[in-house]
Amino acid sequence: MLKRVHFEPSFLPFLLVAPQIIITVVFFIWPASQALYQSLLVEDAFGLSSEFVWFDNFIELFGDEHYLGAFQRTIFFSFSVAFLSMAFALTLAAMADRVIKGATTYRTFLIWPYAVAPVVSGALWVFMFDPTLGIFTYTLGVLGYEWNHKLNGGEAMFLVIIASAWKQVAYNFLFFLAAMQSIPKSLIEAAAIDGAGPTRRFFSIIFPLISPTTFFLMVINVVFAFFETFGIVHAVTQGGPAKATEILVYKVFNDGFIGLDLGGSAAQSVILMLIVISLTVIQFRYVEKKVDY
Amino acid sequence: MIEHRPIVTFVSHLVLIFGVAIIAFPIWITFVASTHEAARMVQIPLPLLPGDQFFNNLELTLFKGLEGAGAPPVGFMMVNSLIMAMMIAVGKIAISLISAFAIVYFKFPFRMGFFWMIFITLMLPVEVRILPTFEVVANLGMLNTYWGLSVPLIASATATFMFRQVFLTIPDELLEAARIDGAGPMRFFVDILVPLSRTNIAALFVILFIYGWNQYLWPLLVTTDQSMYTVVMGIKQMLEAAEQSPDWHQIMMTSLLAMFPPVFVVIFMQRLFVRGLTETEK
Repeated sequence: MLKRVHFEPSFLPFLLVAPQIIITVVFFIWPASQALYQSLLVEDAFGLSSEFVWFDNFIELFGDEHYLGAFQRTIFFSFSVAFLSMAFALTLAAMADRVIKGATTYRTFLIWPYAVAPVVSGALWVFMFDPTLGIFTYTLGVLGYEWNHKLNGGEAMFLVIIASAWKQVAYNFLFFLAAMQSIPKSLIEAAAIDGAGPTRRFFSIIFPLISPTTFFLMVINVVFAFFETFGIVHAVTQGGPAKATEILVYKVFNDGFIGLDLGGSAAQSVILMLIVISLTVIQFRYVEKKVDY
Repeated sequence: MIEHRPIVTFVSHLVLIFGVAIIAFPIWITFVASTHEAARMVQIPLPLLPGDQFFNNLELTLFKGLEGAGAPPVGFMMVNSLIMAMMIAVGKIAISLISAFAIVYFKFPFRMGFFWMIFITLMLPVEVRILPTFEVVANLGMLNTYWGLSVPLIASATATFMFRQVFLTIPDELLEAARIDGAGPMRFFVDILVPLSRTNIAALFVILFIYGWNQYLWPLLVTTDQSMYTVVMGIKQMLEAAEQSPDWHQIMMTSLLAMFPPVFVVIFMQRLFVRGLTETEK
């Protein structure tokens, strides 16, 4: 944590941490405590007076079927995104780990979607699935399926999942590949000498050994899907049709900025903060535990 | 490779090529759409091969923008994005460097308190505290300014942690030697610590530039003035306008332009990018 040798005590370290601390207090801790405080208030319709109501906002939220619906949707959405992008990335990483020629080239071609902004990813997919013009809509039409995510909630959900998973494959691929390449070659060779084929080696040796990475990526992907997909939902469906793709982050924005329900929105923020905190704790606990080869 | 199995290797390549094709397909379609004229982009089925209007569309989008979408020319928005991304990346690195320096090299009251205060920011992404943060920025009169766009996103626990980690690996003997030679803390910081963490700074810069460039929700809230729009937000404006008049050739050109700088950075600074990504996440 600390160096054995230090500089003489002085006023300087306070000056050095000051910018970071000031920004943290003004833009993080103060707003977060405001959210905590507002979540315990109810404002009247004109925003003139507010009343302290303890946990009424929370009780109301958990009795609200729209909120519970959004919660369920978010969980379904997050795990679908995590599973889809991780399965795809794992397959590709296993293949890239095998081939010697061209592994770097494949990596270059697979990692760049990381740099695409979520909202841009949303724009690309909404274009391909546009109900009148989209290239996939046309293909599906030829095959006899009528696609319209503006009317069909399930299709809208599918579209936001695909647009999110597509963007996340790059990240997962990079970490899976790095994990696989750090497995000592001697282990794999020993298994090969014992007569294990590539598939057997993957499931009995490689996959168990990279399980910490898998777990780590699971958390990261769920965090991504929970909090960073706002742009995708906003661009693709705006939470619709009929709230079919309204995930929690979108609902906070919608209730707070469009619906102007300050107390309710603040209570939702507080719940989201609790979720981030628990996910961060899980992530840090993982870092403590490393597997030994 | 462990054993010689040409068929398995062949299948591996096949799967990889297939995977690359799936990942690249949306971009291909985007590129194709940006090379056709408006009239071709409303005929079903849409083209799968590029046309010859790329440079016309590029000029039109960069300098005129999408008329009727209520957004300024894309070239203009890209400048805003660039300023915001640079301010976020440089700002984060600067304040993290000095606070990590203070925490590692000085013993002072409340040191651990400050450390935990910085740690908390890790747990509060902007998405979960949008409304109160917006109020703070509005009260400070920072709406529609570059400061309002960047400063609230600048505090960063990850960057501080990373620099702390880097500083801890720097041998104590260097500090002792510097002190014997009469160097003060700032001299040591500027002449020894910063040059030694050069690669880490560069790697972090790549990640933070992408992070800053791709910000969406925050710019959406704090900018109401068209002159402050960033290109990533501009796309949303165009998509809304597309409900009435689908100018997909221009929207897709804008998407292409919006992803160009960060993708360029990832591909051409791949080693720094990979390094930055693995370091900040640990």
